[in-house]
Amino acid sequence: MNVSAQSKSYFAVSTLAILLFIAGCHKKAAPTPAAPPPPPPAPTASISASPNAVERGGTSQLTWRTENATDVTIEGVGKVDPNGSKEVNPTESTSYRLVAKGPGGQQDATARITVTAPPPPPVATPAPVSMTDEQWFTQNVKDVFFDYDSYQLRPDAQQIIAADARALSQKPNLRVLVQGHCDERGSTEYNLTLGDERAAAIKNALVAAGVPASRIDTRTFGKEQPFCTESGEACWQQNRRGHFVANR
Amino acid sequence: MNLFSEAGTLGTRMRKLVLFLLTTIIFVIPSAAQTDWIRTGTGLGVEKVRIAVPDFKTSSTDPPNAELLKTFNDTLFNDLTYAGIFDVVSKSFYPLQIPGTPQEIQLEPWGNPPPNAAMVAFGNFGKSGDDVAMQGWLFDVKNIASPQVLGKQYREKATTENARVIAHRFANEIIFRLGGGIPGIAESKIAFISARTGHKEVWMMDYDGAGQTQLTKLGSISLSPRISPDNGRVAFTTFARGGVDLAMYSLELGRTVTFPRFAGTNVSPAWSADGTKLAFSSSMRGDPEIFIADANGANPKRVTANKGGNVSPVWNPKTGTQIAFVSGRSGLPQIYTMESDGTNLQQVTDGGYAVSPSWSPNGQFLAFAWRRKYGPGAPGGQDIYVMDIASKQWVQLTHDSGVNDFPSWSPDGRHIVFESTRSAGTQIWTMLADGSQQRQLTNSGHNQQPNWSFK
Repeated sequence: MNVSAQSKSYFAVSTLAILLFIAGCHKKAAPTPAAPPPPPPAPTASISASPNAVERGGTSQLTWRTENATDVTIEGVGKVDPNGSKEVNPTESTSYRLVAKGPGGQQDATARITVTAPPPPPVATPAPVSMTDEQWFTQNVKDVFFDYDSYQLRPDAQQIIAADARALSQKPNLRVLVQGHCDERGSTEYNLTLGDERAAAIKNALVAAGVPASRIDTRTFGKEQPFCTESGEACWQQNRRGHFVANR
Repeated sequence: MNLFSEAGTLGTRMRKLVLFLLTTIIFVIPSAAQTDWIRTGTGLGVEKVRIAVPDFKTSSTDPPNAELLKTFNDTLFNDLTYAGIFDVVSKSFYPLQIPGTPQEIQLEPWGNPPPNAAMVAFGNFGKSGDDVAMQGWLFDVKNIASPQVLGKQYREKATTENARVIAHRFANEIIFRLGGGIPGIAESKIAFISARTGHKEVWMMDYDGAGQTQLTKLGSISLSPRISPDNGRVAFTTFARGGVDLAMYSLELGRTVTFPRFAGTNVSPAWSADGTKLAFSSSMRGDPEIFIADANGANPKRVTANKGGNVSPVWNPKTGTQIAFVSGRSGLPQIYTMESDGTNLQQVTDGGYAVSPSWSPNGQFLAFAWRRKYGPGAPGGQDIYVMDIASKQWVQLTHDSGVNDFPSWSPDGRHIVFESTRSAGTQIWTMLADGSQQRQLTNSGHNQQPNWSFK
């Protein structure tokens, strides 16, 4: 029994050796690669919040993933496991910045939870005085979206801008910054001009709808500050955007 | 199944052949005009000089200098390996007896197989007091009567950095002598953008990726660094001044210096080869157009007038009067050339998505990033291409490896640095101008938009 098992394993080993030898023979001499030894892999980091908008007092679930990181922190939360999730209940809109450090460098990712005011009580009251201008702005001045490599305003964008212009006319003292954003495809420099043209197209439409040009500033972000960092049309569409910010 | 993979192999072979032929057409025929390349026979696509580079011998054992010696030897070996004009003999073929001085060398074992070298670079290197000193020679193995081609000695303060500098200088001498009189690039620099600190800042490194140093500390987004022809300044784009503006960093003063703020979005500065002008893209008068200003930002003048973004200008370094740039005037961005007064407009690319031109030092080629087939499910990626401007023939240099962008020519026109997403994150890579010897220079965080110095 014992002997037989041994000879079996000898057989297996020698077969393997022969196979390896044959495989070796077949292998052509590979050209010496010019590449240097592989560098330590850079860490990766992603974080998301679900839901990413809550009413004040509500809770949201933060979920994060990192790779190749030895030191992982979330600003405002502290040191955390490389992968995990956590419930948070922010009292105001908060950006959670995940920082993953490893031998290959540092990578960060941000998830933002927008905290909205609770809906007004059923008893009809005038617009809540507690609402800040920023909250009002987020609720009433909506972002517009663009087609690929285009700064033409689509019909849906024209409707949104008309509504935005009406809303802005209710707050004549608020200044507006229009940010032009692009998706990750294409060159950094060309996208800066594309974002510039998107912001300019929106400004022109707002002016045509009666908002004084002096109230509106524009700024391109190219593909530098995406709203969403996955590759794919759903995410890219989110990033081809004219984003409105209340400007003091 | 088997048949299928056979056909695939054949297809690959055909592609390689076509690529080889194109490379030959573009690089050999034009270089025939440069007689020095033909005389020495060391141009790209031409037979390369077979050179042996044995480790330099230590010239002192006290104090110990093993680390400096290793830095020196590695740097010299890599400089010559990546110079693009040598076939460097593998160290395993070298004779056992390594020479440190001309008295110690026997030419025959180096000239015969297996090394079969035409040239040997050798010498000694060691600490002497606070300094390191190098003596180096280049010998023509086949010229028994008078083999010495080059003899050099250098002495510097004993630092790792100086061990590298000395190796670069000696390598440059060898490359200059054997490479048709074109100065080597071992002491050139590459500016780039790195986000490794959490912010996109301007960084600088040696041409081989050593000595990566942060220049700006603006804590914002900075982009598109361009080194001035005299290596004194770096022009760049930054979000740190409130808008999207041009800015200037002085390498002599080690800080950003004053530069005018223009209205609108101002991006992608480009130095004229004489250092007196900057071309850039600006929407100071509405649409993003190409402007030219003095190097200090004074007297900006618009030279294009076409809706659709106009951006990423580069000067023809040879003539100093032409500009290549990117424009979206006909839809997806294409590359155009024009005179610097805006006349004689020519469209260079004929489709797809073409961006980020870089003009070769001899004025003959444009390198750029191109997604040739555009649309959902279209084959191919964004790769680096080189086009011969006169004939519009092009060669693809990168294949099937991530998104590639921002090519920038080395001063000798033999190399191209670029950014690629093929490894972890966006990183900076170099290659020879025929697409061979691709190697990664950065690996910490994300790194992008490399720009090779003029000298």
